[in-house]
Amino acid sequence: MKIWKLDRLQDLFAALAGERTLYIPADVAGQAKFTPWEPGMEMTKALNTNRSAKDLFFPQVEDLAAFKITGRQIQVEDNREDVEDFVIFGVRACDARSFSILDKVFLEEPADTYYKNRRDHATVMTLACSRPEATCFCTALGIDPQAPGGDVSCWVEGENLYLQANTQKGEALLEKLPAMEEGEKPQGDASVFDRLPLKDVDFSVFSEKALLHWFNSPVWEELSRSCLGCGSCTFVCPTCQCYDVKDFDTGTKVKRFRCWDSCMYSDFTMMAHGTNRPTQKERFRQRFMHKLVYYPNNHDGEIGCVGCGRCLRKCPISMNIVKVAKALKEGSV
Amino acid sequence: MPVNQEFKPTIVAFCCNWCSYAGADLSGTNRLQYPANVKIIRIPCSCRLNPMFVLRAFQRGADGVILCGCHPGDCHYTTGNYYARRRMTLLFSLLDYLGIEKERTRVEWVSAAEGAKFAATMNDFCQTIYNLGPNRRLEDLRCKSE
Amino acid sequence: MQERVIEKAAQLLESGLCSRVLGWKKGEFFYDVTPGVFTTAQEVRNEMVFTPFCGANLSKYLIAESRKEGKVAAFLKPCDTYSFVQLQKEHRIRRENVYAVGVQCEGMCDLDSLTALNLTGITGAEGLGENLKVFTLYGEETLSRKDALSLRCNDCKSKKLLDCDEILGESGEEQDSHRFDQVEALEAMTAEERFAFWRRELSKCIRCNACRNVCPACSCEKCVFDNPNSGVENKAAADPFEENLFHIIRAFHVAGRCTDCGECTRVCPQHIPLHLLNRKLIKDMNQLYGTYQAGADFETKPPMLDFTQEDPEPSIITNGRDSG
Repeated sequence: MKIWKLDRLQDLFAALAGERTLYIPADVAGQAKFTPWEPGMEMTKALNTNRSAKDLFFPQVEDLAAFKITGRQIQVEDNREDVEDFVIFGVRACDARSFSILDKVFLEEPADTYYKNRRDHATVMTLACSRPEATCFCTALGIDPQAPGGDVSCWVEGENLYLQANTQKGEALLEKLPAMEEGEKPQGDASVFDRLPLKDVDFSVFSEKALLHWFNSPVWEELSRSCLGCGSCTFVCPTCQCYDVKDFDTGTKVKRFRCWDSCMYSDFTMMAHGTNRPTQKERFRQRFMHKLVYYPNNHDGEIGCVGCGRCLRKCPISMNIVKVAKALKEGSV
Repeated sequence: MPVNQEFKPTIVAFCCNWCSYAGADLSGTNRLQYPANVKIIRIPCSCRLNPMFVLRAFQRGADGVILCGCHPGDCHYTTGNYYARRRMTLLFSLLDYLGIEKERTRVEWVSAAEGAKFAATMNDFCQTIYNLGPNRRLEDLRCKSE
Repeated sequence: MQERVIEKAAQLLESGLCSRVLGWKKGEFFYDVTPGVFTTAQEVRNEMVFTPFCGANLSKYLIAESRKEGKVAAFLKPCDTYSFVQLQKEHRIRRENVYAVGVQCEGMCDLDSLTALNLTGITGAEGLGENLKVFTLYGEETLSRKDALSLRCNDCKSKKLLDCDEILGESGEEQDSHRFDQVEALEAMTAEERFAFWRRELSKCIRCNACRNVCPACSCEKCVFDNPNSGVENKAAADPFEENLFHIIRAFHVAGRCTDCGECTRVCPQHIPLHLLNRKLIKDMNQLYGTYQAGADFETKPPMLDFTQEDPEPSIITNGRDSG
């Protein structure tokens, strides 16, 4: 394990940024956000970013192609942005796990080349948590916030930052940095994780019963009743991956782009015959069934939630996956 | 747009069917000159102008937007332009509040008999926009790239 | 107050006067309260709360709830009652199906206002009165409710309870608020500075539509931004222009109908001060067309549905005017 003095953190950022673009969670307009590092930019004091780290691989809006029509000719332009190598520092364990959840969707054959391109060019440096929020429940999903994974894992302990490469990519990155002292990380105090109020939320029940049992549960009606149908939860969620493909007529050509979509919206997966989720109940159910039942059914029981707690903080009416999971288990609201 | 190329502002003029559109006609019949980069869009009444139209004109490349209607009191529908007057006042104020140059938008009352006023208004508005330069604060970059 | 709210709700259900109660349901923590509909007195006694975190404006739910069979009792705070009256004025609520219970309000707090006080890991809180005892993973702290008030409650415009069938506590008066101070500060800036300010703020928008969906004035069955035939439908702002477009049109569309309840800013996950757009329009209308408060009464004509022959010309904006 390598050691870097915390008071020289800016030097580490400078060394990383000399290599390639470096993103760190910094405060921008009052919000913690993964931002390209510039000299002097400090890391945020917030535990996690307002929006999730998926933005860097799966941005909200992305150009796919453009079509130019001249006479009878249609010219297709590949107008995707060039992606160069980049490194993200300070990804928490929950967001790091979200990458593997997204990978199973986007990298499965046929792979999504736009996503893959960004994944291939990225090196992920994670950061272990020591001061969780009360809304954190990653431990209930089998994530160890103190062993965050990624290409390089980092820990802050006392005066030092400890770095450990987990992959070849990570090793290659560390080799390019100035020589560092080797040493062992002292054992930190992890007792706070045992005090997390949501650590015991039970997500295992969803594999025990058939899909239709959950689908037909009587609790959906009541749970979804006050849902506003906004997309806050889906847009701050690190694992929500639905998108829509749209065309924009610029006047001289047609630009095809994709943008995040939300199952909470009335026009989600709208088809020629109309929508197949006519009320908010069905839309609401879709989101949680996807995370708790559909995704695990397709991916060896892995729950499509990482316990980052963003939706708990952001929902305008404070309805969230924890309340849903508990109500479903109890079978009543 | 390369710097050396001279800036030719695009002006969208929304004209009410009954007064200002006829006023524009009259200025044409009288062979009064006003710049060719004024694009006239005819609307049934000045109060038909949805704020969305103004914004979309800017999106699609307008550098200035002007609304022309009957003089207050002369509306073909009696009161339409009074409502338009309130709406546009608030809209322009809101745009100004957002830091978008307030000179880019204008309302002028032009009757069917005022061909000369129409031409003079357009000449003056074009000059104002020319002096302001291209619309940058309310543009859609997608519509500007080739 | 909480006890009185719960008792009243239970009584309304038990007496058969109402078949449903619209109120606030407790959550996992003290602060994550969800608007909910209760149908039995037992449910009410088990789950209903009225804490300093019941900020959600319940009036919009009455659009749907008042169209159902039976009478619904709604617990409304002063700002909720302004929306309640405004929605009736727009014929969106069936008044005969609502039993409105006004609840005196001391100002509401939210998680963001606690976070702003550098509290992290908040597991709960205690206190229904002047003080809040906040428990966190890292200790506990007692603070005055006044210091933890959410942004909008610091600028409370009125404590009046309007059009209620019954009032718990007392209906207050209009307040001497400073709600236009920030608008004036922005007006005093140069156009460049204002542009930079709004670009910084609006570029944070993720188009989650929370502001629109929570807004009691946004009650269109189908929003123009959701309608593929409108030509402006979009699910994300693919260009900065679309960020501006959405917020300008939304603010403009609720002009004269916005009661300044502040829900838009409360729910914004990106903390965009959206109320500053609405307040600018309110301030302008007050200045140009006479003081008007949406939702304050049933009679006064809203300024955007009215005119006088002496109204100022739009050039008052272009040619500059006194900021006073």
